[in-house]
Amino acid sequence: MSDAQTINRQPRAANWASDAARRRVRRRYAADRRLQAYGIIAIALAVGLLGILVTSLVSTGFPAFVQTKVDLAIYVDPSKVDPKDPANGNFRALVREALAPFVPEGATDKQKIDVTKILTSDAPYIVRDYVVDHPDTVGKTVTLPIAVSDPYDQLQKGVIPKEVDALSWSQVRYFERLQTRGVVAEEGGRTSLKLEVYVDPARIAAGPPPSGDFAAVARDSLQAYLPDVHDTALFAMLADDAPDALANRVAEDPSLIGKTAQVIFPVAKPFAQLANGESPKVLNPRFTSTQIEAFDTMVAKGVVHMPFNWELFFNADSRFPERAGLAGAVTGSFYALLVCFLLSFPIGIAAAIYLEEFAPKNRLTDLIEVNINNLAAVPSVVFGLLGLAVFLGYFGLPRSAPLVGGMVLSLMTLPTIIIATRAALKAVPPSIREAALGIGASKHQVILHHVLPLAMPGILTGTIIGMAQALGETAPLLLIGMNAFIPSVESMGILEPATSLPTQIYSWADSPERGFVSRTSAAILVLLGFLVVMNIVAITLRQMFERKW
Amino acid sequence: MIGYVLLGLIALSALSYVLGRRRAIAAVQGREPELHSRPTYHGAFVAAWVGIPSILLVLVWLVFQGTVIDTLLLWSLPPGTTDGLDEGQVDLLLSEIRSVAAGNVFGEPSLVVQAAAERYQAWQTIARYAMVATAFSVALLGLLFASRRINPQFRARHGAERILTGLMIACSLIAILTTLGIVLSLLFEALRFFDRVSPLEFFFGLNWEPQIPIREGQVTGGGSFGAIPVFAGTLLISLIAMLVAIPIGLFAAIYLTEYAHAKVRATIKPVLELLAGIPTVVYGFFAVLTVAPALREFGETIGVPIAPNSALAAGAVMGVMIIPFISSLSDDAIAAVPRAMRDGSYAMGATRGETITKVLLPAALPGIMGGILLAVSRAIGETMIVVMAAGIIASLTANPLEPVTTVTVQIVTLLIGDVEFDNPKTLAAFALGLVLFVVTLALNVLALHIVRKYREQYE
Repeated sequence: MSDAQTINRQPRAANWASDAARRRVRRRYAADRRLQAYGIIAIALAVGLLGILVTSLVSTGFPAFVQTKVDLAIYVDPSKVDPKDPANGNFRALVREALAPFVPEGATDKQKIDVTKILTSDAPYIVRDYVVDHPDTVGKTVTLPIAVSDPYDQLQKGVIPKEVDALSWSQVRYFERLQTRGVVAEEGGRTSLKLEVYVDPARIAAGPPPSGDFAAVARDSLQAYLPDVHDTALFAMLADDAPDALANRVAEDPSLIGKTAQVIFPVAKPFAQLANGESPKVLNPRFTSTQIEAFDTMVAKGVVHMPFNWELFFNADSRFPERAGLAGAVTGSFYALLVCFLLSFPIGIAAAIYLEEFAPKNRLTDLIEVNINNLAAVPSVVFGLLGLAVFLGYFGLPRSAPLVGGMVLSLMTLPTIIIATRAALKAVPPSIREAALGIGASKHQVILHHVLPLAMPGILTGTIIGMAQALGETAPLLLIGMNAFIPSVESMGILEPATSLPTQIYSWADSPERGFVSRTSAAILVLLGFLVVMNIVAITLRQMFERKW
Repeated sequence: MIGYVLLGLIALSALSYVLGRRRAIAAVQGREPELHSRPTYHGAFVAAWVGIPSILLVLVWLVFQGTVIDTLLLWSLPPGTTDGLDEGQVDLLLSEIRSVAAGNVFGEPSLVVQAAAERYQAWQTIARYAMVATAFSVALLGLLFASRRINPQFRARHGAERILTGLMIACSLIAILTTLGIVLSLLFEALRFFDRVSPLEFFFGLNWEPQIPIREGQVTGGGSFGAIPVFAGTLLISLIAMLVAIPIGLFAAIYLTEYAHAKVRATIKPVLELLAGIPTVVYGFFAVLTVAPALREFGETIGVPIAPNSALAAGAVMGVMIIPFISSLSDDAIAAVPRAMRDGSYAMGATRGETITKVLLPAALPGIMGGILLAVSRAIGETMIVVMAAGIIASLTANPLEPVTTVTVQIVTLLIGDVEFDNPKTLAAFALGLVLFVVTLALNVLALHIVRKYREQYE
């Protein structure tokens, strides 16, 4: 078809007012609105997920910022603690005696020991450390706030309940199924199951008195009603005296052996409560009734309180969540970041100055630039492998040390600092350089005396952002072993085994105790707090010193 | 010890700065303008000659001391001791000698080992003193050399500036050294791995059971290193992550660039970027604490069993982490489409939606693809989320509700705890690391290439 023909063709007059045209326009605008809606939904999802993340961390982490403690009045008995050598006293006994007022009357020795488990296992050491620091307290009574163990801490904070449901969801279902089949009945004042039982002569002997495994027969008869259930929790439905019901029945009428008969089995107590419309509860298996009684006494006497958990910040790690703190992790992170800063800041600035101001355009400098850009995108775990193979394997530097951690982190921060420094150097206007050169400064003098000071705010901003990224890095530190268990801060150094904030979060997240879940969230909040502060400093720095030329 | 030596050298260097300055001023009897360079430069020149060679010497010494002593130690062993021992056994002998020398005696070391340990200790002491002596004599030599050159005509500024330039070049070479270090260490250890396990098994084997007996008599699996299930798991989790991140990131970018009010854009963009600033260990804990239990509960209510460490939970959380990458890179790509194309489309009577889907997105597609490739490389290399939320057992499945494992998870689990560099289990981690490095590097190079080419098109 030629162009002339196309032009000559008469277009059909479009009727924009027709219904079809209106519908088309409506449809097109609906598509537009739909796209807009997708965008809003996407943003809402992303922001919502961020919100969920923060809320779940705050709600689980918040309880860890307070710690349940008991004000324990301890009589430092001179017969148990030698004033001359207080460190070797029998502090375990002191703690046990201090707990005596709370122990229920007539408690056995085992129950008394149970009561000491309300307190943290470190309790004797807390008392020892106090008495060693204050030797004049021997022979006096001191009142010390002592952390309670993890389950009681969680109980007091309401994280775990005192009583739990006695029956599992599936047990309730099994019972409901029996109820609908009309097997459940009230007999002789007890809720009972009326079951058809085949009294198997192979298992029950006539006696008299009849003998055999009545319990097994009772279980089998119950199983026959729910053939699809393969769950031993089902048999918890029969009361302890249920086999006796069968035994009595057979004793009354030995002719039942070999026949099928209806037997009335009493139901266990929680199921009986269920039948009466109650929801049966039992004591949480993490507590004993003596402990709960003692703990309730403590609460009633007003010695239990929940102060701010300073130990979270000033204690090092511990096996017991109630005693574990972040001091070791923060110290380790500080050392590693210090090494990282001391290495990457001067090296990064020097490299950036060379590449931006001096480097001739040749193969070597091209190679360096490509390398820097690619290093910024190498997965962090690969840097860990580098540290492991080169720093630990080849150079033989100590494992787990903040020195190695800092070196690995500095390799990762270097690209960030170099890129930020180059951008900052580029932003200094040429007139400054030209003026300095014009009055006879050498190129080095121009850069060191004039350009670098003017670029410093930008460089510092980039460095702080790089440090903030380094603070959150976990995988490379894990590979070089910087997740050591550090129970005291005093032994830490730049060449000693250490841990860091993110690796501490990883180790706590792996711990099974309930209390560590909360501590992990709290540690994350502390880490995020550091990151927020660092970023705010970087932004303020930029806003305060950034000049528009 | 080493720290004190380095501090001493730095202090000496600072001292020689003062010395150099004084000497320069004294050379012209205090009439500073007669000097070619200002006294500061003379001081800096001397300080550099004192500090740099000696500190370099200490570092090089530290690197080679171990190897040299080990070699000497092997030579000094009675003839025949190392006959018939392979490399690994010799290493074992050396580490036994070292641990005896350090005072950790397990069992009854042989007389040869005891004697060697004593020699080792003696040599270590000698080496340490020799290092201190050499380092300080080099420093003093430098001081002598540099300070003798000070005279009014000496161009100290040029000397100091040349040294500074040299230092800066050395610093920028660190980037190359790092890459070289990564490539060489990965390649070296991976080749040692492929000595023991054939590459064919590694790249095409379907069975990954790296737990092999380290000590004799330990009961473990046979140890097979077919990495296909690991690669498949990595791809599955990355795929899930992209399925979450691409739609959310892309639609968010479209809304922010084309529909949103400037004020909304200014508040939402930083909020999205917050997602990229959160450390990945936090995402990992979030996956374990919130997402996985929620998915499990949801699965229970609709009667589908979902594993607690399912690929879905890890992938979804990883997707959330990646949203800001996709959104900011697509944002850049859409914003880079020339104004004229947009205006042309509106002039034809297209709605905003039609302009976006029919004009802007096709034009921005290369940039968006580049961003997606970068995000994929990020997802493949991501470690902590999967270490905490994904499985350890390698199973070949495409079901996102089952646990799978990834390359990074295997690297971390194989290398956590004490490692010995001479068993395939450790070396396998380096082989996986090499694959990871090559794949992410290729993806990055490709992505940057696409993005750059596309940018040139419109400039």
